[in-house]
Formats: sequence, C-alpha cells, structure tokens
Amino acid sequence: MSEALEKLAGLVLARCGDGLERVASRCGELTFEVPAGQLVSVCRCLRDDPELKFEQLVDLTGVDYLQYGRVEWATESASNMGFSRGRDLAGPAGEGSGRRFAVVYHLLSVAHNRRIRLRAWCEPGEPPMLDSVVDIWSSANWNEREAFDLFGILFRGHPDLRRILTDYGFVGHPFRKDFPLIGNVEVRYAEARGRVVYEPVAIEPRTLVPRVIREDNRYEAALKDAPRKDVGHG
Amino acid sequence: MAEIRSYTMNFGPQHPAAHGVLRLVLEMDGEVVQKADPHIGLLHRATEKLAESKPFNQSIGYMDRLDYVSMMCNEHAYVMAIEKLLGIEVPLRAQYIRVMFDEITRILNHLMWLGAHGLDIGAMTMFLYCFREREDLMDCYEAVSGTRMHATYYRPGGVYRDLPDSMPKYQPSRFKSQKEVDRLNEKRSGSLLDFIDDFTARFPACVDEYETLLTDNRIWKQRTVNIGVVSPERALNLGFTGPMIRGSGIAWDLRKKQPYEVYGKVDFDIPVGVNGDCYDRYLVRVEELRQSNRIIKQCVDWLRTNPGPVMVDDHKVVPPTREQMKGDMESLIHHFKLFTEGYCVPAGEAYAAVEAPKGEFGIYLVSDGANKPYRLKCRAPGFPHLAALEEMVQGHMLADVVAVIGTADIVFGEIDR
Repeated sequence: MSEALEKLAGLVLARCGDGLERVASRCGELTFEVPAGQLVSVCRCLRDDPELKFEQLVDLTGVDYLQYGRVEWATESASNMGFSRGRDLAGPAGEGSGRRFAVVYHLLSVAHNRRIRLRAWCEPGEPPMLDSVVDIWSSANWNEREAFDLFGILFRGHPDLRRILTDYGFVGHPFRKDFPLIGNVEVRYAEARGRVVYEPVAIEPRTLVPRVIREDNRYEAALKDAPRKDVGHG
Repeated sequence: MAEIRSYTMNFGPQHPAAHGVLRLVLEMDGEVVQKADPHIGLLHRATEKLAESKPFNQSIGYMDRLDYVSMMCNEHAYVMAIEKLLGIEVPLRAQYIRVMFDEITRILNHLMWLGAHGLDIGAMTMFLYCFREREDLMDCYEAVSGTRMHATYYRPGGVYRDLPDSMPKYQPSRFKSQKEVDRLNEKRSGSLLDFIDDFTARFPACVDEYETLLTDNRIWKQRTVNIGVVSPERALNLGFTGPMIRGSGIAWDLRKKQPYEVYGKVDFDIPVGVNGDCYDRYLVRVEELRQSNRIIKQCVDWLRTNPGPVMVDDHKVVPPTREQMKGDMESLIHHFKLFTEGYCVPAGEAYAAVEAPKGEFGIYLVSDGANKPYRLKCRAPGFPHLAALEEMVQGHMLADVVAVIGTADIVFGEIDR
C-alpha cells in the first residue's frame, strides 16, 4: 500500500513539475500543495498524462484556516484559572496564521484506481483568488460556485460564478470562520407589512462544548512513522 | 401565423416531480428544453458548519439527515473518516453488521427511487409495491436503533449495540385487527437475523414482480430509452459515480475497487449499462437490488455463527458500559469526559468514501487536534449528478426533464447539505 503510494508520489513529482510540495499524512493518503500560479498546468498534467490519468475531480472544497489550532480553553493552564463558558478563543493561531484560504481538490483515477489530494493556497488579499479548473473537469463548475458562495473565493475564468446554496440576496460568506454560527440576520413574516422581513438576530451566540486540544502521546508515536515534510521526496 | 419565441418556465420548488425542493428555470423553445438552470439551496442547513461546533460524536445524527433515504451509508463515511484519523481497527463482527446494514440501506434507497421514479413517469403501482418492502427494512432499522429512519447506529469504533434477539411487534389498534396483527407479527417472532433471513428469501420474487411491471413495458421503455444519454467520457468528466457511471458502461464500484470493511470477503457482481440512458440506469439499479440481497444473505449467515464484540475496547473513544461505570472510578471518569468534552482526534486530514446507493459519498475531515472537527466536507454524490442536469436535458422535451431528474436519484438533503 505505502509502496504504491511512494511510487505514485515519485511519478507525480517527476511528471508535473517541482513546484509541488508533499504534505505528511498519517492515514496513507497522498497530498500535495500546489502553488497558485501552477494550479491549472499541474491539474492538466495530472488529467492528461497516460500514467497518471486523474480523469475525475471527485470533490473541490474551500477551507478557511483562520482559527486553525486555536482553542477556547488552554487545557494546560485553565485548570489553575478556572473554566469559562468558552466564548473567547485562546491561544496562538496555528499553522494558518499567514495564509488563510485554501482550496482542496480530491482527484480520482478510474483507470489506475488511485486517489490524490491537492491543496492550493489562495493568493492573499480580499477577495481570495485562484484560477478555475472548470476547463479541465466540468464537475468543478458547481463546486467552485459553492466555494465562492460559502468562502468568498473568486475563481478566475469561471463561466458563471453565482451563489448557489445561500438565499437570494444573502450577504456574507457563511463558512468563513469569522461568520457567526447563528448568522447575522433572521427572517420573519411581518403581519402589519404583509411581507417577510429580515432583522438582526435576536439571540446570543452560545458555546455548548468548548473547543479544546489535549496533548496525547499515543498519537505521537504514529506520527514518527509517517513521512516527514522536511525530508525531500522525488 | 404568429411567431413562436423561446420562453422561460419555472419548475418547482413545490412540484412533486422535483423530488424535494428543486427550483428549475427552464428556457423552452416550444416543448423543447434549450437551457436548464437548477436553483438549489432551499434545504441548506449548513450541516458542515454545525459539525464544526460540536464534538465528533454529536454530528453522527446530522449525517442521517443528509441523504435521508440512505441514512446509514452517510454515517458510515463519517465514522470511517474519524476512525482513519484515530487509527482504529473496527471488530470484524461490527464490520459485517455495517456491510449488512449498508446493503439494507441500498435496497431501501433503490426501492424509494424505483417507486418515485415510476410514479413520476406514470407507473403508479410501483410506488405501492416498493413501499410494501421498504416497511420491512424500516423495521430492521427500528430493531437495532429504536428509530425507523435516523438511526445514529454506527459509531467510531463499531456499532452502537449488537443485533437484538427480538423484533418490534405490531399492536392491535383501531386501524389493525388482531387477525391482521397476527399475520404481520408472524415473521417477527424470531430474532432480527431470522427476520432478515426471511426477507432475503422472499425479496427476489418481489424484484421479479417489479420487473414484470416495468422492464418490458412499452410505455416505460418509451419514457426511458434514449433519454438523458451520457457517454462514458462525459460521465467521468462530470464527476459521476455510482449507478450513474455504471449506467454509462464504466465498471466502477468502490465496494470492489477500493474495498472497505468486509466487502472484499463477500461475493457479488457489479451490473454495468451499455447505452448510458435512463433505461440502462434503471436496469443497473434493479440488478443492484438483487446483488445487495445476495450480500445481505452472506452477512446473515456469517453473523449467525460468529458472535463477538461490536465495538472496540478503548474507552478513550467509546463510552464504558453502564455496569462498568457504576463500579469503577476510571470508567466513571471516562464516561464523564466523553459526554462533556468528547475525544480529541489527532491533527491531520482524511478522506473516507463509501459506495452509497447514489454513488460515492465521501467525508473530508480536517482536524487540528481538537475535540471538534476543524472542517468537515460532505462529498454528496447527487451534487455533480444534478449539476449535469442541464447537459442531460438539453434538446429533450419538457416531460423528459422529469425522467432525467428521476434517473439521477436526486435527494435534496445531501445536495443542499
């Protein structure tokens, strides 16, 4: 299993340029980070190369790394200070502190029965931008619309970048980490005015179970076996 | 003579053939569809965002509500993704139970599809026939989980409990006489496995019955043959999976190609279509009913002879039993921690996919080491299928739109998420 994976990793690096950076995985999956500028050429190569042949884009999704690794209780010190309701995010922002938005592509090769995952970090700035892969896989069309709708990522070259899941006239991008879970507006039918009206939400946000990260050395050993990021491959 | 120009027509969202809440804006030239623009999201509940605010186990119930006609398959992908990150190996008996219920779910889903698809294009009887068998399978859900639909039966580490020794029984009421109740309870007197065994014995005859009604039916063929044809190349490019890609002639099935749980140990075949039209996809799904029945039978036979644990014995992830908790301090602490905080999943990302009845249902899980998912993405099979609707209906008549929506097996719970 892992031997085949290493072979595929070498093959991808050999065929699709050296801008790719392999990401360590602990569950036998192959992930590469692609520089935003090379995304389209790498994707085209992955689809068209007869030995790779990733004919199918299984999934495309945005990820917002704004609060990656941040917790509501710092468990090491909280027990001395007492536990709050967990409304404030404590601790340093994790890996994502410089870069915020990424788009993750899951590719499948039906011919060779292989999977691969690509992650491309959006160009910094607002709105986050990335090139569209609709020309390569048609299934990217709605998935990119979804990523635009939920995360506000703009896909350069997309033929029809409209909102898809949210309401007509919705404001904001709900899956961003700084968008509140309860939303910003609520809807009700105003009898007096005879129509539906939007109003600012009346409820308070509430944390039921605070977000914590606990050190667990059972998982550390497993990490040592996985290929490390700083060891070059290919 | 008056000049006829193309006009725009609104289809749904409240239309019985829209299979939920699909709003379709159709541009018509007479009876012929020029453009179709599906508007989705009317059932959007932000399941993925909700999951980010809850400990891992509390989101299993949300998975049932995604594709609400193939409930356990969705749970399966979710718990598999968590297990992958935690590095848990599920006990063999639990794997067989999962496979058995995945296939029961497949039959549930295909019966629902067959009934509704038939109803859409004029075969009323199918609906009644299919729901008759669905009822029995719903009872299996009830027997293991207590609910008929939203089971929350699969848990990271196995399944919630072992198969029960008795089946739920009908009670006499204003609507059911004692005689009627006795007839219904006759097959429910034994254990769940007896009941399922009996089902697998009589189900092939039921499928024959469905086929008698439809397969060689002239009207059925006129409505489905050469409608919504998709070539294998396009099917791949459009992200088709499941019966949709098999209908186009590509023998791709995760249960065979990337076997999970014990699919590698059971014997079954993958049906494949030739023309990639609605009729082929119908044939593929009907044959899948028979193949699922075969798998269930094999699982029943194995489960009868192989008792064992159905959950891993790791109380960092799985709550201890009530008994242990009452007598053992450590178990009490485990119980308390699991139900107040949940368990932390090591940082990393995983993608777990199952062959759900509609196609590949996948869960992409990003964890930063916390007790809640950092990001959860549900790869719903219906999403790319509906996205391809425009391509499939172009040039067809208005009435064929309904046939194409039906053949794609659209369920809005998973598309809108």
